[in-house]
Amino acid sequence: MKCKVCRDRAVIQVRRHNANFCAPHFVDHIHRQVEKTIHHYRMFRPSDRLVLGVSGGKDSLALWDILTELGYRVDGVYLHLGIGEYSSDSLRFTQEFAESRGLDLKIVDLPTDVGFSIPQAAAATARTACSACGLSKRYILNQVAAEGGYDVLVMGHNLDDEAATLFGNVLQWNPEYLARQAPVLPADDGGLIRKVKPLIRVAERETAAYAVIRGIEYEVEECPMAAGNTINRYKEWLNALEEQSPGLKANFLFGFLDRGQPAFASHRGSVELAACAECGQPTTGEVCAFCRLRRQTLVKISSRAAS
Amino acid sequence: MKVILRQPRREIEVEGVSKVADLFKQLDLVPESYLVIRDGELLTIDMPVGPDDVIELRPVISGGSP
Ligand code: SF4
Ligand SMILES: [Zn+2]
Ligand SMILES: [Zn+2]
Repeated sequence: MKCKVCRDRAVIQVRRHNANFCAPHFVDHIHRQVEKTIHHYRMFRPSDRLVLGVSGGKDSLALWDILTELGYRVDGVYLHLGIGEYSSDSLRFTQEFAESRGLDLKIVDLPTDVGFSIPQAAAATARTACSACGLSKRYILNQVAAEGGYDVLVMGHNLDDEAATLFGNVLQWNPEYLARQAPVLPADDGGLIRKVKPLIRVAERETAAYAVIRGIEYEVEECPMAAGNTINRYKEWLNALEEQSPGLKANFLFGFLDRGQPAFASHRGSVELAACAECGQPTTGEVCAFCRLRRQTLVKISSRAAS
Repeated sequence: MKVILRQPRREIEVEGVSKVADLFKQLDLVPESYLVIRDGELLTIDMPVGPDDVIELRPVISGGSP
């Protein structure tokens, strides 16, 4: 296979674009895709203060590299989940990346700073590990962004993440979720920071390839809590379909955003957000879901320590 | 040839494979879900591979709930 631009040997085939690329032209291609996405959805301007949620995986580290190469100044925030070797390895990859490029990284350590780990939260509450983890990430990242005076919280969700999430929401016909899934979630007065997903046009295979080409070391091993994770199963299925019909995942997602989602607009809801009685962050109830999770988990941990 | 699989990391011996595409067929894996890496370089599906190669099949799927 030859590069579509220079006819050198290609290192990656992007079937849905009917194109093969050599390493430098693939890097150019990805930079252009992301820049186009940022402009198309008016995600942010160069003068905005940006903070990126980094996990040590391929997507967030690739995105940090891409945005930096495009000339944006982006700080990072890493949430240590307390999941054994997986967390310590991910943190090491993140720190090494930030140091090698002189980028600012803020680390929040869930066990030390808040008092519990994700496995402890899963054991103490009715939530699965991934649900407790998702909630904690959304909460802590928003908190760090708000307290740090950032304008925009940038996330590394890729095309496959969004397509798999959409697939799950369609299987459930969950109109509230369908109404809300978007490349840009605007800020609101209650204290939610604007959230954007610049990798939404880049497939998971491409962010991984980008990381390899750019020599970015990332956590390849899977989180031990992910075993049997439904989102990952949806991704496998969608990839099996993509293999037969290149472009299927992108059509599914962008067809929905352009033509399907407007039908759910009335479900976007005008939920009133008020300040959480315990932490002050925006919530629909009296005490926010994170504060409830924290309280339940800490009670369980201390009662176990006492017995 | 030696093939390195991940999640978790392990090694297997594979024989009778002359192209990357054969590898996917023999192991019954979906190419869209993997990168093929030899000596730090990505290989496309049409590339020839030989018995002395060490090839990593790196899964690209990761992450749980967003
Ligand atoms: S697999 Fe689940 S627990 Fe592990 S990092 Fe992802 S969301 Fe968190
Ligand atoms: Zn080229
Ligand atoms: Zn709260």
